[in-house]
Amino acid sequence: MRQFLTFVRKEFYHVFRDPKTMLLLFGMPIAQIILFGFALTNEIKNSTIVVCDYSNDIATHRIIDKLKFSKNFDIQKKILSHREIEDAFKTGTIKLAIVFPNNFNDDLHHLNKAQVQIIADASDPNTASTLTAYASNIIMDYQRELLNINSIPLQIKTDVRMIYNPELKGVYNFVPGVMALVLLLVCVLMTSVSIVREKEMGTMEILLVSPFNPILVILSKAVPYFFLSLVNLTIILILSTTLMGMPINGSIPLLYFESSLLILCALSLGLLISNITDSQQAAMLISLMGMLLPTMMFTGFMFPLENMPMPLQIIANAIPSKWYYITVKSIMIKGLGISAIWKETLILAGMTLFLLAVSIKKFKIRLA
Amino acid sequence: MTTEVVIKTDKLTKRYGDFIAANEITFEVYSGEIFGFLGANGAGKTTAMKMLCGLSTPSSGDATIAGFDIYSQTENIKKNIGYMSQKFSLYEDLTVIENINFFGGIYGMSDQNLKLKKDKLIETLSMQKEAKKLVGSLPLGWKQKLAFSVAVLHEPKIVFLDEPTGGVDPVTRRQFWDLIYAASDSGITIFVTTHYMDEAEYCNRITMMVDGFIKALDTPTNLKHQFSATTMDEVFFELARGANRKAD
Repeated sequence: MRQFLTFVRKEFYHVFRDPKTMLLLFGMPIAQIILFGFALTNEIKNSTIVVCDYSNDIATHRIIDKLKFSKNFDIQKKILSHREIEDAFKTGTIKLAIVFPNNFNDDLHHLNKAQVQIIADASDPNTASTLTAYASNIIMDYQRELLNINSIPLQIKTDVRMIYNPELKGVYNFVPGVMALVLLLVCVLMTSVSIVREKEMGTMEILLVSPFNPILVILSKAVPYFFLSLVNLTIILILSTTLMGMPINGSIPLLYFESSLLILCALSLGLLISNITDSQQAAMLISLMGMLLPTMMFTGFMFPLENMPMPLQIIANAIPSKWYYITVKSIMIKGLGISAIWKETLILAGMTLFLLAVSIKKFKIRLA
Repeated sequence: MTTEVVIKTDKLTKRYGDFIAANEITFEVYSGEIFGFLGANGAGKTTAMKMLCGLSTPSSGDATIAGFDIYSQTENIKKNIGYMSQKFSLYEDLTVIENINFFGGIYGMSDQNLKLKKDKLIETLSMQKEAKKLVGSLPLGWKQKLAFSVAVLHEPKIVFLDEPTGGVDPVTRRQFWDLIYAASDSGITIFVTTHYMDEAEYCNRITMMVDGFIKALDTPTNLKHQFSATTMDEVFFELARGANRKAD
């Protein structure tokens, strides 16, 4: 045990004395959370839209009030021709136009059916689809309201349900994604590089010749990074709750438990990488390239997994961060407990055990 | 000098596919002696040493180190040996004191013993001023002396030195050998590989490896006599002339 603590202390010296390591460890998560949280957010606030209300009746007023209320839109009420709307799009002064035709309210109540046109600037597809979704949601909301009052079946064409995140808040998706990304990247990178560095420096030979148990070498490498990752996680959580209004509706201990699982999983993966490489550069490259892209692509926070072709969806199942992402979202946003995510937790734990077993088995106790 | 055998090998062989790095090497090393292991680059010195340290598993043959079998009793062997590799092998981002504490710690030395040895080591190397400096900032000669002192800190029975003086100036090399003599006087057996022939003269007995075989094993004086040479250099050339293996 004393030997173990000696080793762990040495590892902490390594971390705290290397500015590059410190920067990577603490700089990257902060930069990522700010970048993803603010700069890359897909949430759109205060977009200028134009409403052409030809009807100008009770129903349209009610809908416009609702649109105003949503904070997503900066509404200009104007009667414009289609030609003028197109020009406004071209100059970029508006992002979206909503056109109510004549007799909107009459049609709704007499024909049980009314039309509204939503025109979006699709040169930016993400913004366009987001804004359209906002607007049609609000209109649909009004339709539901009418249904309650009138009991006359009014036509509801789509059924978009956005429970938990009715405002399509981007932060809700990005924060758990960034958590997965950062924990995975930092841990994989740090462990693989720190073990490979011992090989490169020649100190690994000295350690293997000493009576110190090789398994303990691995464990003592993992301990500092495990704790530093938990510190990291705390920083991310504080930043995202205070700066971005990310809720933590579920149990915080459970969140830390799930994160610890992912961290262990990442540490084992780092260990595995360190077994197959002999230079720090190679370890860094494999960790970065091998982890960054799959994590970005297959976690589900950048690109929805449901839209991917079947083979890619199957690949995604092998990515630990996918499961972690599901659990974090369930805990933080939906406030669910372990009973709802035990399956994902088991999968993550299984992956961790598997990777740990393989990497310890593969760790070369002798050099050749 | 006692005649207790501390290293005994019997036809120790290491193969890498068709390539035989060390071919049936058989020798004995006696307690307290300075045993030189000589040969050109690629002759198999490092391979042989790595097998003896437990870093590499032999393909065939037997060996005992400090009375322990190299296949089944590696844990006991590890407690009784020290090792200093070709590469400088202390942590550059740790201070002198921290390095000493670390290596003392992983060898399981008690705090009291460690403190005693640490003070003595720093005094011997007169490193009082440098004790709290990062090892990376020290000149190479100092680092090598420190690395050696750390390798014998836990008072092993045998210490293995793999080309310890590579790249070190002659004055520092001389000082380094003073340290080796001091360790030898305190009863530690020294097993040292080198390709500096002047260093060979400092050893009690030497072996010459050529192409994975042991070609000669005797005291420097006897070897010179045997090959009617005046220096070890001549002995070396005489033996290495027949080598087929290219230095790598």
